[in-house]
Amino acid sequence: MPDRVNVLKTYKTYIDGAFPRTESGRHYKVYDREGNILANACQCSRKDVRRAVVAARGSFPGWSDRTAYNRGQILYRIAEMLETRKGQFTEELERTGYKAKRAVAEVESSIDRLIYYAGWSDKYQQVFGSINPVASSHFNFSLPEPTGVVTIWAPEEQPLLGLVSVIAPVITGGNSCVVLASETYPLSAISFAEVLNSSDVPAGVVNILTGSRTELLDPMTSHMDVNAFFYTNPDIEVQQQKQIDENGALNVKRIIRKPMEDWQDKEAKSPYFITDFQEIKTTWHPVGF
Amino acid sequence: MNIPDYSQSPPIDQVGVEERVARLNSRSIKKESKIKALEMALSMVDLTTLEGMDTAGKVIQLCQKAKRPHPYQPDLPTVAAVCVYPRLVSVAEKALRGTSIHVASVATAFPSGMAPLEVKLEETRQAIEDGADEVDMVISRGEFLEGNYNYVFDEIAAVKEIVGKAHLKVILETGELQTYGNIRKASDLAMHAGADFIKTSTGKVKPAATQPVTLVMLEAIRDYYYRTGHMVGMKPAGGIRKAKQAIQYLVLVNETLGGNWLHPDYFRFGASSLTNDLLLQIVKQKTGVYQSLDYFSND
Repeated sequence: MPDRVNVLKTYKTYIDGAFPRTESGRHYKVYDREGNILANACQCSRKDVRRAVVAARGSFPGWSDRTAYNRGQILYRIAEMLETRKGQFTEELERTGYKAKRAVAEVESSIDRLIYYAGWSDKYQQVFGSINPVASSHFNFSLPEPTGVVTIWAPEEQPLLGLVSVIAPVITGGNSCVVLASETYPLSAISFAEVLNSSDVPAGVVNILTGSRTELLDPMTSHMDVNAFFYTNPDIEVQQQKQIDENGALNVKRIIRKPMEDWQDKEAKSPYFITDFQEIKTTWHPVGF
Repeated sequence: MNIPDYSQSPPIDQVGVEERVARLNSRSIKKESKIKALEMALSMVDLTTLEGMDTAGKVIQLCQKAKRPHPYQPDLPTVAAVCVYPRLVSVAEKALRGTSIHVASVATAFPSGMAPLEVKLEETRQAIEDGADEVDMVISRGEFLEGNYNYVFDEIAAVKEIVGKAHLKVILETGELQTYGNIRKASDLAMHAGADFIKTSTGKVKPAATQPVTLVMLEAIRDYYYRTGHMVGMKPAGGIRKAKQAIQYLVLVNETLGGNWLHPDYFRFGASSLTNDLLLQIVKQKTGVYQSLDYFSND
C-alpha cells in the first residue's frame, strides 16, 4: 500500500483565462509512445471553438493597444515563468517518450524562443515599416498592424517547442489566437496554459483547445470572425488543404502554412513569422502650411 | 370593475420562481424551431436608442435598420417598433411613414419620473401629437415605495387618458422595487390603471430585466387575464443582448401565458444590441458558418 493516494492532474482546456472542461463533455485517451495511458484530454467541439473565438475577439482591442514595449515585457515574463517550471515540463515530455537530454533541450529552446520574440516586439514595426517617397507634399508611411483573431493548429510533434513557436510570433504582433494543441501529445499544451495564466497575458489572448483536427477544421477555418489560419502540418491531405483554402476564401482569411520538419531548426524562428499576421497600413499625412 | 386591494396581491415564492426559470432555461431549441424563434424574436424587438447624445441622423439610421434589418436577407421580418425620446418622435415618424413599424416614445420624465404631473402629461401630449402611437411611461417609484399606491394609480390613469387609443407601456423599473412582492403589486396596479403593456425597466438602472422578474410579471398578467379576460402585453427591457437569452424569454412566455402571447402585439423586447446578435445567429443558421460583427451595421 502506498502512503498516500496519487493526486493526478485533470487536463482541461484554456478559454478566456479560465480552465473549463469541453462543453461537449467528451474526452479521449492520451498515450505515451509505448501505448500506456497517460491521461484523458478534452475532445473539444465546434462550440468550444466558438466560445474561444468570442474570447479572442473580446481581448483583441486591449491586447493590440498595448505598447510594443509592454507586449515584449509580457513575452519575457512567459519565458521567466516557463524557466521556473522547467522540471515539470521536462518530466512531462519524458513521460511521452522523450529521452532526458532531448526533453531538456526542447524546454530550453522553448524558453529561448519566447525571449527571441520578446526582443522583436518593439523592433518589427521599425524594421518592416517604411517612409515612402511620394510626388506630393505628404509624409507617406507604411506600418504593419495586427490582423486580428488567428486560429492555429499547433505542430503534431514537438508538443512544447512547436506550440511556443507558433503562438509567440502571433501574439508578439498584437493578435489574439485560438490554438488546437497537438492531437497525439496535448498535455504539454495545457500545462503551458498554466504558465500563460500566471504571466500577465490578458485573458482571451491565447486560448488552447485539445481534440480532433478533422472535426475542428471546419469551424476553425470557416468562422467569419477569424482573420487568419496558421498551420504547420508537413503531411496534410489534399482534400483537407482544399477545404482550408475554400473556407478561408469566405472572408479572405490569411492562410499561412509553415511545414517544418524540426522546430529546433534555424529556420524555425524568424521575424517574418510575425509579419505573416500583419496588415500593412499606409497613411498620407499632409505637410506644409 | 372592482379595483382590488393591493395589499392582497399574492406573496411571491422567490426560490420557486428562480427554480422554475432555471428549469425552463434548460430547454433546448434547435434547427428549424431555432430559426423560427429567432425570427419571431426579431419581429418583437423595440429597436431603442435613449442616449443624451442621440441625433436625428442616428434615429434615421435606426429606422432604416428597423425596416430592413439585414441588407442581404430581404425575407426577414421587420422589428416591431422604434423607441426614442419625445423630441425625436417626429423624425422617427417621418422615417417610418408607410410601414407597419410603430413609433414608440418614452415619456413622463424618463428615466427618473421625477417631474411634476402637469409636466409629465404635457410631455406625453406632445409625443402623441408628434406621431407616437406607443408611449412608454415610468411610474413614480418613490411614491410607490412610500406606499402611495393611489398616487401611482392615478398618475397612470391620467397618462392613459391622454394616450387614448395609442398603446401605453408602463415601466415599473423593477431594479428599484427591491422585492418580487413589490413587483407583483406594481404589475397588478399598473394593469388595473389601464396599462396595455407592463415593462420591466428603463435600461438605465442595474439590474435591468431578469428572467425571474419577467416570470413574476407574466404570472400577474395571467391572473389578470383570468379575472378580466383582458390580454395585457409584456416587455422586458435592458440587459438582453444575446439571441439565446431572447429565446429563453420566449419559452417563459409560452409556458406561462401560452401561444396567444407569442405575437408582437403582446410581447416585446426593449433592446438595442440584441438585434445584431439575432441577425448573427439567423445568418449562422442559414449558412452554417459562424458570423462576424464586421459584416453588420453598428446601429
